[in-house]
Amino acid sequence: MGIKNEGFILMSPKDNCATALENISKEQEININDKIITINQEIPMGHKFAVKDIHEGDIIKKYGEIIGIATKDIKMGDWIHTHNIRSHYLEVIDK
Amino acid sequence: MSEEFLGYQRAKGKVGIRNKIAIISSVVCVNHIAEQIAKEIENSVAITHPLGCGQFGPDFSYTLRTLVGLGSNPNIYGVIVVGLGCENLTSKLIANNIKRAKKPVEFFNMQDVKGGSKAAVEKGIKIGKMLANEAKELQQEPFDFSNLILGLECGGSDSISGITANPTVGIISDKIIELGGTSILPEFTEWIGTEHLLIQRATNKKVADKIHLTLNNFLENTMKTGIDFRGIQPTPGNIEGGLTTIEEKSLGTIAKAGKAPIMGVLKYSEAPKGKGLWLMIEPGLDVESMTGLAAAGAQAIIMTTGRGSPCGNPVTPVIKICGNPKTCDWMASNIDVDASKIITENKDIKVIADTLWRKLKETCNGGKTKAEILGFEDIAIWRCTAAPFQIFRS
Repeated sequence: MGIKNEGFILMSPKDNCATALENISKEQEININDKIITINQEIPMGHKFAVKDIHEGDIIKKYGEIIGIATKDIKMGDWIHTHNIRSHYLEVIDK
Repeated sequence: MSEEFLGYQRAKGKVGIRNKIAIISSVVCVNHIAEQIAKEIENSVAITHPLGCGQFGPDFSYTLRTLVGLGSNPNIYGVIVVGLGCENLTSKLIANNIKRAKKPVEFFNMQDVKGGSKAAVEKGIKIGKMLANEAKELQQEPFDFSNLILGLECGGSDSISGITANPTVGIISDKIIELGGTSILPEFTEWIGTEHLLIQRATNKKVADKIHLTLNNFLENTMKTGIDFRGIQPTPGNIEGGLTTIEEKSLGTIAKAGKAPIMGVLKYSEAPKGKGLWLMIEPGLDVESMTGLAAAGAQAIIMTTGRGSPCGNPVTPVIKICGNPKTCDWMASNIDVDASKIITENKDIKVIADTLWRKLKETCNGGKTKAEILGFEDIAIWRCTAAPFQIFRS
């Protein structure tokens, strides 16, 4: 398994997650802007993975904008989905 | 300006990219008459609907504004409004309002024609043929894109629309606005979760307040009926496809509107009051939405579709762009621009945006879209008095 340069998209340089454009297997190494990331779980197409370490309570960004808050620590290369992200918008609006 | 297209000059400085005759029914009862007339007139469209009588308050105004807007759209050379004679939305009222656009408009009621529906069809065909002959005399002339109003639609979205086709359309919307033109983003239910960003893009406080109030009133009123609209989004299918939160989904939707400042919020079927990017209050059914865009004066619509929609509009050409490789393959006869190469060949969004721009120019020059070739001429008019939309009194 070589290092992949494609099959994912980072919508903005401000983002801490990227989106898989194909199914990416566990332990696959990918190169995002000359940074090598090892994928920790299988990422289905259309799903996201962390491109840096994210701590519980941190903001998660896609399109350079907030898409939610981490509900637990997320390591670089981890799958980001409903098990570890919650809406930031709903939290703010319900206050 | 170097970018130009060949269009049709209309009164009051408007420009059309089509030169059609519209046969509008004022009420559902005469839909068949309008359709029979349109069949016999070259380059004509029937604009029919299930409404026009027994309507009151905002519903009446919405139907009137929409039918007037469709007839007034610069893609239409001339109009025949056919009425029944006893309906509350009269052919005369519609026709008189369209006349403000200073184009040929004729109207009559079936009940005023001796010989019943058959005679009414004959009368309509006679007038229609005259209009069609006049329309043929008109030559196309070059115009710049400041004359264009572009509708930004999405339908049958999937989880990759927001990272492929939608941002591609955003680039084109920004380009139109840079060239002095106008674009309209409808479907306010899909702005929810991004209002703070839309508000930041508002050109003044009044516009910001309007965006805030539109969404706040909607959410509060839906809550009163026991529906938490925010809890419905994203849908289980969206989540399976990779979306996680309401704001992530809406960010994908509003990506169609690029980065331009927001000039204002329009009522359903209301024409923009100036150039630049406008929002339109409309609930998110594609055909209703595109009808409202055409009635607002949009001469072209770009529709992103992930799962695949065939829909079109009788007045305004609809260009389909799709980011899903399977849909592009299975529905090739319906899709104008294949954006799936962003995924399959790692193509840059900017490359696909160039292709979309060429398709838009070709369409403005008279080139037919897939929906036009296949004859999709869909009309639906938003009926806003259905709870919880009562807040949008016109």
